[in-house]
Order: sequence, then structure tokens, then C-alpha cells
Amino acid sequence: MSKFKQKEKREVPQPPSGSLSDIVFMLLFFFMVTTTMRETENKVMVKLPEASEVAKLERKDLTSYINIGTPIRSLQAQYGNDSRIQLNDSFKTVDEIRDFIAAERDAMSEADRSFMTVAIKADETTRMGIVSDVKQELRKCSALKIMYTARRPAEE
Amino acid sequence: MGKKTPELNTSSTADMAFLLLCFFLMTTTMDQDLGLQRRLPPMPDPNQKVEDQKVNRRNIIIVKINSADRLLAGTEPMHVSQLKDKIKEFLTNPADDASLPEKEEIQIEGYGPCYVSKGVISLQNDRGTSYQAYIAVQNELVKAVNELRDEWAMSNFGKTYLNCDEDQQAIVRKAVPQNISEAEPKDVSKK
Repeated sequence: MSKFKQKEKREVPQPPSGSLSDIVFMLLFFFMVTTTMRETENKVMVKLPEASEVAKLERKDLTSYINIGTPIRSLQAQYGNDSRIQLNDSFKTVDEIRDFIAAERDAMSEADRSFMTVAIKADETTRMGIVSDVKQELRKCSALKIMYTARRPAEE
Repeated sequence: MGKKTPELNTSSTADMAFLLLCFFLMTTTMDQDLGLQRRLPPMPDPNQKVEDQKVNRRNIIIVKINSADRLLAGTEPMHVSQLKDKIKEFLTNPADDASLPEKEEIQIEGYGPCYVSKGVISLQNDRGTSYQAYIAVQNELVKAVNELRDEWAMSNFGKTYLNCDEDQQAIVRKAVPQNISEAEPKDVSKK
């Protein structure tokens, strides 16, 4: 009869949690490696236009961004709601693009300079006048590789 | 024998790692930048005398967008959705029409002789054109070229352009060039 004697109360054993920290650390390293810190704060509202033939930007580190759009709500009292150009963290005029490009170029290594891309992030309601001005200015400082940032249209 | 060193209490490392993990989860931006890549023409040399580039009239199609986002391709006004077919017809010139661009036989390294269209698309816009319309037109132009590249790659390599390897893609790019020129800004509304 001793075969059936094990009738005492049995507790469910605690699941082993020793490897939990390893798993979490692995996830942590993944995010640490893939993360890119948001460097600038958007001061203009940009709703990107839609385009179906978009291509991926290859070298994010070699890209400078030019944001064009109307200032965000909280800044409209100060700057009005005309389209403005944002470089890094502040509003700039078209003439200041030259210095911006020069500074960005200096920050790159010699070999990378020819691959520099300027991504134009413009709001879809922007008029082309300001974009043309920016383009002319970029041509003048021979930053010829540009990209019109757009988003894929939502799937139908 | 000395005392046994006590085991390190590791139960809280998971908590700390979780905290860090949460921080990186919040700050991370996984969005990729997508867009249409273009190469701007270099600024003309001011010392150089402007000589009219003799581009044959049939080799150029002028796409204009006015301040009301209306589109004019060549001589006829049209809707954006019609533009792609118009451009494809312009670039392929299937019937060897005398008013559509001529083709030139060039040697492509690794492929051989090939007839390549000499057509150039000239895109002009007004200062009042909306960016959205401009991108829509740019997108249609790229779409036309991409489709032609796909067709060419399909008939020569038996696969789409994106599935070709790098050498093949280079050949396709030479056979179907993307000649889009963004002209100097002009006031299209005048005249």
C-alpha cells in the first residue's frame, strides 16, 4: 500500500527565475545597440506627403535634416504661422543654410563627405517657393544629394 | 578551510535591468526615413558663358505644375494619374514616332549594345505649388521609370529590378536612365 502513500499536500514549485535577468539584459542590449537618441526637438509641424515609390535612406549618420513647416502651436504666438525652416534646434532663414551645411560637413570624416545627404522634411501644405529657395541654396553650397522625405501611403 | 563566500544576491538585477530596458524602450526611435532621392544639378559656373544646350526638341518633355496644382505635361493638361503612362510612352517610344525621343545605341559594360532613350523629363514648378502636389508628380515620374526598369529587367534577366544582383541593377540603370531635371525655379504663372 505504500505505493499510494504520497498523498500529502504538494506545492507547485517556484518557477526558476535565475535566468530572468539574463533574458532582460539581452533585450536591454538589443535596444541599446539599435537606439538612436532623438537629437532635436521638432519646432515645426510636419505632416509628410505620401509617395508610393519611396526608398530607404541608407546612412542615417550622414544625413542632415532640414525641416520646413508651420511652427508648432505653442510657438505660433511668437513666430506666426508662416512656413519656416528649422535647422537643428532653432528657426533659421534661408541664408543660414550655408553655415549649417558647412558645419555638418566639417563634422564628417573626409571620406564620408561625398556621401552626405540632405533630407528635406517639409509639410505637405508647404508652398514650393520656400522649398525652391532651400534647393537653390543647397546647390550653391554643392550639397547635391537630397531626399524628399515622404511616407508610404496607408494600405488600402 | 576559510568560510564559504556568501552567494551574491541577484534577485534585484532583473529589476534594475528592467528599469534600464524601459528607459531605452521609451527613448528609442525605430522609424526609418523614407523618401525620394534626387541629385540636384550643380550650380552653373558664373564665369562660363551660357551657351544654349542644344537638346533636340523631341528629346525633352516639360512637366509644369502651376500654383493651383494643375499639371501640364508636354502640351496637354492632364491629371496626375495619367502622367505615368504619358512618361512611359515618352521614354519607350514604341512606334519610333518622330515627335518622341530618339534612341541611341550605347555599349553597356557586361551586357553589350543596347538602345537607350535620350529622353529627358524637365520638371518645372511655380512658387505657389503645394509640396504635396510636387511630391505626387515626382512620385509618378519615379514610378514610371521604376516600371520601365522592371519591365526591362524582366525581359532580360527574368526577374524584377529589385531582385537583380548589384551588377545587373547597374546595367538596368544604364539601360533605363532616370533623367529628371529640376529646372531653375521659374514663375510658371506668368505668361
